[in-house]
Amino acid sequence: MSAPGTLAFSGRLLRRQLVLALRRPVDIGNPLLFFAMVVVLFPLGLGPVPAALASFAPGILWIIALLANLLTADNLFRGDFEDGSLEQLLLSPQPLYISVLAYVLAQWLVTGLLLALVSPLFAVMLGLAGAAIPVLIASLLLGTAVLSLVGGIGAALTVGLNRGGMLIALLILPFYMPVLIFGSAAVQAVVSGMPAAPHLAILGAMLCLALALAPLAIGAALRISVDA
Amino acid sequence: MVASGSGAVLAAGPLLHAQGLGLERGGRELFRDLSFAVEPGHLMQVEGANGAGKTSLLRILAGLSRYGFSGSVERCAPLLYLGHHSAVKAMLSPRENLAWHISGAGSYSREQIDEALARVGLYGYEDVPSHALSAGQHRRVNLARLYLSAAPLWLLDEPFTAIDRDGVAELEALLVGHAQQGGAVVLTSHQSLSVSYQVAMLSLSAGLQP
Amino acid sequence: MWSFFHKLGSPPWLYRISGSILRWLLPLTLIALCAGAVWGLFYTAPDFRQGNSYRIIYIHVPAAVVALAGYYVMAIAGAVSLIWKMKMADVAMKACAPVGAALTFIALVTGAIWGKPTWGTWWVWDARITSMLILLFLYLGVIALYEAFDNKEAAGKACAVLTLVGTVNIPIIYKSVDWWYSLHQPASIKFTGESSIDPSMLYPLLLMIGSFYALFTCALLMNMRLEILRRESRTGWVRKLVGA
Repeated sequence: MSAPGTLAFSGRLLRRQLVLALRRPVDIGNPLLFFAMVVVLFPLGLGPVPAALASFAPGILWIIALLANLLTADNLFRGDFEDGSLEQLLLSPQPLYISVLAYVLAQWLVTGLLLALVSPLFAVMLGLAGAAIPVLIASLLLGTAVLSLVGGIGAALTVGLNRGGMLIALLILPFYMPVLIFGSAAVQAVVSGMPAAPHLAILGAMLCLALALAPLAIGAALRISVDA
Repeated sequence: MVASGSGAVLAAGPLLHAQGLGLERGGRELFRDLSFAVEPGHLMQVEGANGAGKTSLLRILAGLSRYGFSGSVERCAPLLYLGHHSAVKAMLSPRENLAWHISGAGSYSREQIDEALARVGLYGYEDVPSHALSAGQHRRVNLARLYLSAAPLWLLDEPFTAIDRDGVAELEALLVGHAQQGGAVVLTSHQSLSVSYQVAMLSLSAGLQP
Repeated sequence: MWSFFHKLGSPPWLYRISGSILRWLLPLTLIALCAGAVWGLFYTAPDFRQGNSYRIIYIHVPAAVVALAGYYVMAIAGAVSLIWKMKMADVAMKACAPVGAALTFIALVTGAIWGKPTWGTWWVWDARITSMLILLFLYLGVIALYEAFDNKEAAGKACAVLTLVGTVNIPIIYKSVDWWYSLHQPASIKFTGESSIDPSMLYPLLLMIGSFYALFTCALLMNMRLEILRRESRTGWVRKLVGA
C-alpha cells in the first residue's frame, strides 16, 4: 500500500475541512453576522451623517473584515489539536507545508471569501461610492487571504494554550497592519479618483510572500505546540 | 481480505533504535540512559506508575516530542501511533473518520473501511454521527486503523482504555498476530497482557533504580 | 572554534564568563553614558530652529536605534535556538525582549516629550512614532507568548518562531507605515527630510548610541544570568554558588 500523492492528500484534507465547516453552518454564518453587527456600531458611535460615514467607509469596512478574520483565526487548529487529529497529521508522511495550506485555504473559503462577497451590501449601507465596490471586493479577496495565512501563525503558536483567544490578537494584530493600510488605501484611492491597481499589486505581493513563508512558520509552530 | 498487518513490510534489522534516552520534567528525572531496539516480532510493554513517563516515552519514540529529552531515536520503518486522544471528529461518521485517519498512508475502498469497522464491532454504526457514540466506540474507530495499517511498527498508548472485555481479547490477538507476522508493537498499559506470546517488559521506574 | 560553541552552550561557563565581562563593561558603560550625556546636554550649541529642546535626541535616537537592533538580536538568538537547539540562545532571546521593550518605551516617551515643544502636542501619528509603537507591540507580544507557556522550553521555541516572523514583517510594517504617512500627512509638519546634523552635535550622539548599545549588552547579560540561575536552580553548581 503506497502513500497517496501530496495533491490527492491535500485535496482530501481540504474536503474534510469543508465538510466539517458545512456541518456547522452556524459557524460559517457567525463572522458574517459579526460583520453586520459591527457595521451598525459605527453609525451609532459616529453619528448617522451620510457624508461622514461614506468618507470613513473604506477604513471601517476593512477594520471590521480584519476583526472578523481575527476572531475566526483561533479556531483554525484548535479542534484538531484537542482531539488528537493534529498529532496524527504531524506523523503522516505528507509534507506539512501543503497540509497547512489546505487548512488555511479551507478556512479562507468559509471566512474571507464570504466576507468579500457580502461586503458590497455593507458598503452600500455605509454609503461607499458604487465605483469603489469592485475594488473593495478585490482588496478583501487578496487581503483576507494574507490575514488568514498570518492568522494561522498565531493560531498555531497558541493552539496548545488554554487562553489563546486574547493572546492570538496581541500576537498577530501588528502583522495585520500593513494589510489594513494597503487594503483600505486601495478603496480610498478609487473614492478619490486615483488608480487602485498599485495597492492591489502590493496586496498581491504580500499574498505571495505570505504563501511562501507563512506555512513554514505555521508548520514549525504546530510542531512546537504539539510537543509542549 | 483486509490487510490486517499481513501487508506489513518485513524489515530486516530493528524497526526502531533508542539510544541513551533521558527525560526530565519539572526538575525530576523520569528516566535516563534508556537504550533498546525494537526488532520485528517484538511485543513490548512499557510499564510504570502514573507519571512515570510512559506517554512521554512513546511520544519521543513516535517523534512527536523533539525537544527536552536527551539521547536519540532512530526510526527505521513507518510507524503508527495511537495516543490518548481518539482523533475522532464528532461531526463526522465513523466511516468518514476512519477514511480520514488512514488517508495519509494509502488509498482504501469503502468495503475495506467498512470491514475494518466491522472487525472492531462497529458494524451498523458506519454512518452514525460520531457524537452519538460512546468513548469506547470512539476508541474502537481509532483502533480500526490497526486492521488497515501497513506500518510495521505500532506505538499504542493505553490502547485498552475504555474497551470492553471482548474487545480487549480481540485486540490482544491482533497485536500478537501483528508481531508474529514480522511487525512490532510497543504499548503502554496498566494491565498485563494475557497472551501466549513473549512480552518484553520495559519498566520505567525500575530503570532508575541504582 | 567548536569548543567555543560547545562552551557557549554550557550554562556555568556562560554564567562565569558573562560575570567577568560585566565586571568591566558595566562601569565603562556608565562612564560613557555620563560622558555622552554631559557632552550632549551642556557642551553643544543649541539648535537654531528648536533651541534646547532638540537635546532630547541624545536619549531618544539611541534608544530608538538600539530598540530596533534589539529585535534583530532577539531574532538571531531565536534562529540559533531553533536551528542548533542551543538552550543558551533561548535564554538570550528571552532576555532580549524586556530590555528591547523598555528601550522602545523610552524612545516613545522621549518622542512624546520632544513632540510637545516641537509640534505642540504630545502625540502625533508620525510614521516613525507609529512604527515605534508597533515595535513595542511586537516586543510585548513576545513577552506575552513566553509567559503564556508553562513549558519554558516550548515557550522559547514558540517565541523564536514569532520573532522570526516579526523579522520578516518589520521591514514591511515600516515601509507600509512610511507610505501610509506620506499619503496622509499634511505638508506643513514634514520632518522626514531632516537637515544634516552638525558634527559638533553628531559626535556626542554617536557616543550615546555606542553607550546605549553597551547598556543593552549589559542589561541583556544581567537578564541572561538571572534566567540561567532560574533554569538551573536545581543543579549542583547553582546550589554551590548560592551557598545552599
